[in-house]
Amino acid sequence: MEYTNKVLDHFRNPRNVGELEDANAVGKVGSPSCGDKMEMYLKIEEGIIKEAKFMTFGCAAAISSSSVATELLKGMRVEEALQLTNQRVVEELGGLPEAKIHCSVMVEEAVQAALEDYEQRKKQEII
Amino acid sequence: MREVYLDYAATAPVEQRVLHKMNEAFEHVYGNPSSMHLIGRKAKGYVEAARESIAAYIGADPKEIYFTSGGTESDNWALKGVVEAAKQKNAHIITSAIEHHAILHTCAYLEERGCRVTRLSVDANGSVNPQEVEKAICPDTVLISIMTANNEIGTILPVAEIGRIAKKHNILFHSDAVQALGSVKIDVNEMNVDLLSFSAHKIYGPKGIGAMYIRKGTPIANFMHGGAQELSKRAGTHNVTGIVGFGEAVEMLRENDAKYVAHYNQIRTDLYRQIQENVEDVLLNGDEENRLPNNLNISIGYVEGEALLISLDMEGICVSTGSACSSGSMAPSHVLGALGVEDEFIHGTLRLTVGRYTTKEDIDYTAKKIKEVVDRLRAMSPLYKDRRK
Ligand SMILES: Cc1ncc(COP(=O)(O)O)c(C=O)c1O
Ligand SMILES: [Zn+2]
Repeated sequence: MEYTNKVLDHFRNPRNVGELEDANAVGKVGSPSCGDKMEMYLKIEEGIIKEAKFMTFGCAAAISSSSVATELLKGMRVEEALQLTNQRVVEELGGLPEAKIHCSVMVEEAVQAALEDYEQRKKQEII
Repeated sequence: MREVYLDYAATAPVEQRVLHKMNEAFEHVYGNPSSMHLIGRKAKGYVEAARESIAAYIGADPKEIYFTSGGTESDNWALKGVVEAAKQKNAHIITSAIEHHAILHTCAYLEERGCRVTRLSVDANGSVNPQEVEKAICPDTVLISIMTANNEIGTILPVAEIGRIAKKHNILFHSDAVQALGSVKIDVNEMNVDLLSFSAHKIYGPKGIGAMYIRKGTPIANFMHGGAQELSKRAGTHNVTGIVGFGEAVEMLRENDAKYVAHYNQIRTDLYRQIQENVEDVLLNGDEENRLPNNLNISIGYVEGEALLISLDMEGICVSTGSACSSGSMAPSHVLGALGVEDEFIHGTLRLTVGRYTTKEDIDYTAKKIKEVVDRLRAMSPLYKDRRK
């Protein structure tokens, strides 16, 4: 399995690991039985992602994808984040082995789940 | 950086002594063993000496040893050859769910061609119950194939007992002894086997050479058609240097196997003890007692196997995992699946197999690094976070 140096760097020294206490957008996807589970924590203020953290149980591709995604997300507007695809994450990593592309899909799903959670919370606040 | 090889079950380096003998053959033994002249006869002498060494080590007659290209070929030949010779519609094979792919994929191939295959499940230790084997026998059964020891989890199976049952029912019995050779006593009569598969590269010999033991009188179709080599059963000019290396590797076993096994056992046990002391939530896979002396297979909770493997690789430690995620499937290996290990653990499986050159320093370093790596991965694992709560 050939990983790029960027993948290995993010795997070895993942950025933004952990839970975010005051997150207002949380997405959890995957399950232990799948061998991959990811939690994405975002803090959104005035439609902009101020903070992003993650926790991931998974392979090097899953961990590096999560890490690089949190870097991409910081400073993004919610509308932009909704457009964040796994291809964009893979690009940022300088590519992933074909068999590992599916591990980056989970990141896209986690971001989507977090943004959905954010929308739900907003609605509840309004009501 | 320190380099630590803990994947001897995948393959072992060629021993110096084996290499010397092979070099001697490369330099001085260029003849074709099938040629009648002096130079050919000299080569034949080397081939036959190796055959005798192997036969003597497993209690067989030299005429019952057939050289092949390795374990995969021997397994293919055993299954396909017995089925073909049986000339029977719906021939039935009994095997286990934890066999090497060389057996299981050959079984699938034979199924597509009309055979029926029973894959016996294993108990929590990865062993096959001989009574289950007996129950699976039916009038169409032509072959029972159960491995001597498993390559992933190291469980040693009750082969002699299964062989006794096969014999009682007059059914041929094959066993894949690729991993067992050198670690478990192999005696074709004590084991009650008709066919055994071997591979040289697991016993510090060269790659691409192996053998099959075929008990005299066993009905089995020829595998390679061509010249008259290997009593015409497996044609093709002999891989003389490979055979010489294989023979020498077996000679080393004959002289020192007990010493090797004691070393494996000591170093493996030390490694396991240190890991247990340093890391919580570690499960041992396979049988604690009936297990290959060089095999340690553990599932480390709440972390993923490939992440472990790559992290250890970055520290110069070479191990294998039975649970790498690939091609859209996170499926753990068929062997771990058959054991029924829990979800939170099964994906974090490592196989560490020690060898003749593994030192105490290697093990101390590895145990220390495993702790560091597991701590780092658990710090980012949502499963571990939830477990602590
Ligand atoms: C149990 C078992 N059978 C068969 C094989 C295949 O042997 P070879 O590599 O010589 O084809 C192996 C090794 O990978 C093995 O461990
Ligand atoms: Zn993955």
